[in-house]
Amino acid sequence: MKKVFEKPKSLTDVPFTYCPGCHHGIIHRLVAEALDDLGIAKDTIGVAPVGCAVLAYLFFDCDIIVAAHGRAPATATGLKRVKPDNIVFTYQGDGDLASIGTAEIVHAANRSEKITVIFVNNAVYGMTGGQMAPTTLEGQITQTSPYGRDPKTMGMPIRVCELLSTLNSPGYIARVALTKPAYIVKAKKAIKKAFQFQIDGKGFSLVEVLSTCPTNWGLSPKESNEWLEQKMIPYYPLGEFKEVF
Amino acid sequence: MVDRLLMRGNEAIGEAAIHAGCRYYFGYPITPQSELIAYMAKRLLKIEGATFVQSESELAAINMVYGAAAAGGRVMTSSSSPGISLKQEGISYITCAELPCVIVNIMRGGPGLGSIQPAQGDYFQATKGGGHGDYHLIVLAPSTVQELADLTIKAFDLSDKYRNPAMILGDGLLGQMMEPVEFKEYDINSIPSKESWALGSSHGREARTIVPFNLDAGEMEKINNRLKQKYIDMQKEAECEVVNMDNPDIIVVAYGIVARIVKTAIQKAKKDGINIGLLRPITLYPFPSAVIRENVHKAKKILVTEMSMGQMVEDVELAACGKAEISFYGRTGGVVISPVEILEEVKKLLK
Amino acid sequence: MLDEIIIAGFGGQGILLIGRLIAQAGMLEGKQVSWMPSYGPEMRGGTANCTVIVSSEEVASPVVSNPSSLIAMNQPSLDKFESLVEKDGIIIVNKSLISRNVKRDDVEVVEVPANDIANELGNLRVANMVILGSYIAKSKSVKMENVFRALEEALYRQSEKMIKLNKEALERGAMFC
Ligand SMILES: Cc1ncc(C[n+]2csc(CCOP(=O)(O)OP(=O)(O)O)c2C)c(N)n1
Ligand code: SF4
Ligand SMILES: [Mg+2]
Repeated sequence: MKKVFEKPKSLTDVPFTYCPGCHHGIIHRLVAEALDDLGIAKDTIGVAPVGCAVLAYLFFDCDIIVAAHGRAPATATGLKRVKPDNIVFTYQGDGDLASIGTAEIVHAANRSEKITVIFVNNAVYGMTGGQMAPTTLEGQITQTSPYGRDPKTMGMPIRVCELLSTLNSPGYIARVALTKPAYIVKAKKAIKKAFQFQIDGKGFSLVEVLSTCPTNWGLSPKESNEWLEQKMIPYYPLGEFKEVF
Repeated sequence: MVDRLLMRGNEAIGEAAIHAGCRYYFGYPITPQSELIAYMAKRLLKIEGATFVQSESELAAINMVYGAAAAGGRVMTSSSSPGISLKQEGISYITCAELPCVIVNIMRGGPGLGSIQPAQGDYFQATKGGGHGDYHLIVLAPSTVQELADLTIKAFDLSDKYRNPAMILGDGLLGQMMEPVEFKEYDINSIPSKESWALGSSHGREARTIVPFNLDAGEMEKINNRLKQKYIDMQKEAECEVVNMDNPDIIVVAYGIVARIVKTAIQKAKKDGINIGLLRPITLYPFPSAVIRENVHKAKKILVTEMSMGQMVEDVELAACGKAEISFYGRTGGVVISPVEILEEVKKLLK
Repeated sequence: MLDEIIIAGFGGQGILLIGRLIAQAGMLEGKQVSWMPSYGPEMRGGTANCTVIVSSEEVASPVVSNPSSLIAMNQPSLDKFESLVEKDGIIIVNKSLISRNVKRDDVEVVEVPANDIANELGNLRVANMVILGSYIAKSKSVKMENVFRALEEALYRQSEKMIKLNKEALERGAMFC
């Protein structure tokens, strides 16, 4: 029982610097647990993004490189091609992955690079102070959509899992959330499965984690969880989208 | 004896890279360097364990290079002017992370989409940094197909030595032309081990990080200071060819393909009783300022000629410290300077 | 020795191959050589040309203002380059496609009905070898046997028959000098 709260070995002792109620910390923990469970931490190379998780290199106790904004899948490609026996994962926000780095993620997935992508969708640019992300919901108010996201000029939110699942190449793709214990159990399973997919040499794997940004959403942690469940999950359905190899 | 092969410049770069143990290449097609990416595909896809990726963009390519270099691979990318612009952010990251790699720029006319004909308009970008922040690349400027090969190999070695990206700065003419080339023995075992810093498995050691930033200003300044020290150390690598410097009437300074065109002008000028000296920087960064400074006083007039509106001329002026009268002649847009044009310019100056 | 040759014609006439064979043959003889193509949109359907230098010394500029020889496979090429050829230079003209005479009287001119001969041999595509044969015979820039060797290397993927046909074309062309 106590074990659940023990710090995973794959995390360092550096305390998280994320805002209260932010899911980044939970996601780090789930990733670290997966590395522990699979016994791969010492063979893993992480690629941190530019975004709030740029500091991930402080938290994960494995080799880590910080990539340029959006380019983590390309950097991971380079790493994996030189060290095919290592496990390579990227950890990316929605601005990073679905806006500035759209080309890189689509093509890494299409080449079915043997990497694992942890995609943190918090419907906003966290680090830069709450601008519109490609995943910002219709009508959602952000610094750069002050009157709400208007699909007429700003497009509709991008569903990354669905988009990538159309690619005719091997991959494991799933979307999870963390607002309920049952969801967390599923999230952990999906993340572990994604890494296992890479270990088995099957190809590209991606887990999208619906995440909160209480700071930029202007909500309390509790309200944030509610907003995520009520607004995000209906538009971003949870589940496995693809498992092809 | 090693075989002489008649090869295109672009292909000679590729073969030289492979010869020097480069097994990782990432690139995106663009004229006039496309033969190089095709050559790498042809060769690397047949080598066990090697990687060739036609990336989705130059941006992706340079960031793949970043990853491959971080993992300790001997890695190269290539492009031409507009594509090199797109790579600049990544180059700046790689420099900050102090990783070795080779970047080839087969220049074409610019700015903008420019033309696809040869030019030297990217000198500033190559030698002054190119991307954001305070840094330099090692920049080598070949002028023959043989030198394209030799300097490509040297670029790998220098970039390993200083853990700094190195650039081959050629142009469309050099890339497209064919000349005989030899590949001398290269001992792949001489490549320095990257085990002490490359990312990989961390059994029996602390986990490592490669972090191209520091949010603490003082700490970031330390990185800048360390880079600066490297650039100071690098100055000893400066190289310059000195031609016909016995009592010249005028000295011409030119690099790359233009220096060869000047050599023809030298021969033609002899028939008219004019003695032209030539200084040809082989390394553009570090710039051979000392050699320039020692020689400029040997003639009353100095002519810098480039296929640009005048970029290297600024470095020559700095090196000359006001000790010589310096003029400039350039053609741009993809127009190649002819020997006759240079000779006419020389005669005008000597009048 | 220093031969600076411009070879020009339509894209698809095998212009670049003519140049390559001269350069390759020169290299086989231990000479210094360079081959420089025109490239880019020019080459698509339009005109193609290349500059070849064969020299006993280091090749300085690969760019040539005044070639010692011109091989003109079509009329626009003759129009473009005729005036640039050095005094006492050589102009080889593909008479099958060029109706006008060379205007210069200070150069040596050889007229070769390259397309007609190629047709006689049963393959229009070897017109480039016919004119190359004539140039080699006239200029003695490189030895014919080395052009044969270069040809074998360049066409290694092709059939014996094709290589033989190309050699025949070279020999037919060599009669014009
Ligand atoms: C080339 C470039 N453009 C812009 C930025 C500024 N920037 C830093 S983080 C970021 C957005 C991060 O948002 P997201 O990826 O959603 O991550 P989050 O902070 O929400 O986790 C931006 C635009 C940058 N660092 N580099
Ligand atoms: S700004 Fe948002 S995403 Fe970033 S740490 Fe705070 S809550 Fe998390
Ligand atoms: Mg975000």
